[in-house]
Amino acid sequence: MHSAETLKRTPLYASHLECGAKMVPFGGWEMPVQYSGILAEHTAVRERVGLFDISHMGEFLVSGPNAERALNGLLTNDVTKLAVGQAQYTLMCNHLGGVVDDLIVYRLEPSVYLVIVNAGNIEKDFLWMTSPAPESAVINNLSDRFAALALQGPAASKFFDFSPTLPHFHIQRHQVFGKECWVARTGYTGEDGFELFCEATDAPHLWRMLLAWGKQFGILPCGLGARDTLRVEMCYPLHGNDITEKTTPMEAGLGKFVSFDKGAFVGRDALVEQKAKGVGRRLVAFTMTEKSPPPRPHYAILAGGHKVGEITSGTQSPTLGIGVGMGYVEVAAASVRTAIEIEIRGKRFPAVIQKKPILKKGP
Amino acid sequence: MNVPKNLKYAKTHEWVRVEGDIAVVGITDHAQEELTDVVYVETPAIGLRVEAGKECAVVESVKAASDIYAPVTGDVVAVNEELSDAPELLNQDPYAKGWMFKVKMSDPSELSELLSPDDYAHHIGA
Repeated sequence: MHSAETLKRTPLYASHLECGAKMVPFGGWEMPVQYSGILAEHTAVRERVGLFDISHMGEFLVSGPNAERALNGLLTNDVTKLAVGQAQYTLMCNHLGGVVDDLIVYRLEPSVYLVIVNAGNIEKDFLWMTSPAPESAVINNLSDRFAALALQGPAASKFFDFSPTLPHFHIQRHQVFGKECWVARTGYTGEDGFELFCEATDAPHLWRMLLAWGKQFGILPCGLGARDTLRVEMCYPLHGNDITEKTTPMEAGLGKFVSFDKGAFVGRDALVEQKAKGVGRRLVAFTMTEKSPPPRPHYAILAGGHKVGEITSGTQSPTLGIGVGMGYVEVAAASVRTAIEIEIRGKRFPAVIQKKPILKKGP
Repeated sequence: MNVPKNLKYAKTHEWVRVEGDIAVVGITDHAQEELTDVVYVETPAIGLRVEAGKECAVVESVKAASDIYAPVTGDVVAVNEELSDAPELLNQDPYAKGWMFKVKMSDPSELSELLSPDDYAHHIGA
């Protein structure tokens, strides 16, 4: 899709090479897929702590007296419920209810929002959000100015004095190793952790200092490979795989992030209709019930001997040691505990539909 | 990169150890490093006729499934059953405990088509 020449590099490109990264193309970017190994990096995040470069993600700043109303017209969740300093997971839909992108909105000030979008969707989202020309709301694409690091794992809380006063899904301005950052207690791994948004030029310093400080906890730099296995175990959808412009939040089981009572937003009519009629397919999670090759995207899902859907994300779960994944299946086969089969190279392997998330965490 | 002197190599990164008319086959150290953490190995069935240069096994890492090609033609007479429970042997010990299958060669002259250790080392830029 992209030749090596046109791939973008984050401000941490040289840091990755120093750490021995294997680089791969992802969403138009040249990114580290792994350093020491996906399994070791995955385990570091589940048991200790890992550091990711997520500078490929896009950052938009939405501001102005009409920012709240503009966002509420574009996004499915209700932005007015956000207090200053809070974060919210939300979706941006087209008029048919298909998902243009999934994103996190942080309310930084009463009328200033930081919006984080997926790497491969930055230009598309910016056009989509600015084309209706919202009155007195200004949308700035700061993706090239910002770098972002994700510090994830149970030991992440031991890095900062401010940890006890930065609650889950909140964001605050802090000095981290001498650099001004927006620090959010969010992530994409299912573990406690932080996402740090900083000036691009400060990123190599922060990367180095976080890895040095984290040595005492057994920190590892982690690549996109582990980021993917971690999020699949938690059933966090990946835009482009599990949610696309041809699937809706209702089909994906993300209805709780759609606020029908907040007034008009793009896609509302289509989603109201779908909610009333019911969906024809659902995004389900599954685990293999015996040893099998790892399930992968596009493999067929069968129930009662017939194809009922297709895998959208799948992998060998490093935590559970078995194949796990997600995919859309016809509603008749979508109930938890339904026995299904996954077709892999012409052979069928048994699996079962699971309640999400696949990995049950916490006390 | 470890390229033992007593083996022959295919350009597709399999190694062969000759034991009489039997060829023991595995993947090279370079291959296992490129594949990364192996989580599943599909060996050929015993008795299967494999053909030099044709795919006959699959090695899967977390990220991808990769075909393994038979370096010689013949019948599969043994497979490494241990790989089913311990696929990581391909990463940990690719030239010994990580062997994949044994072929009774029908045309040992095919061995001359394989690369010497020096030529293979050159092939992978080592």
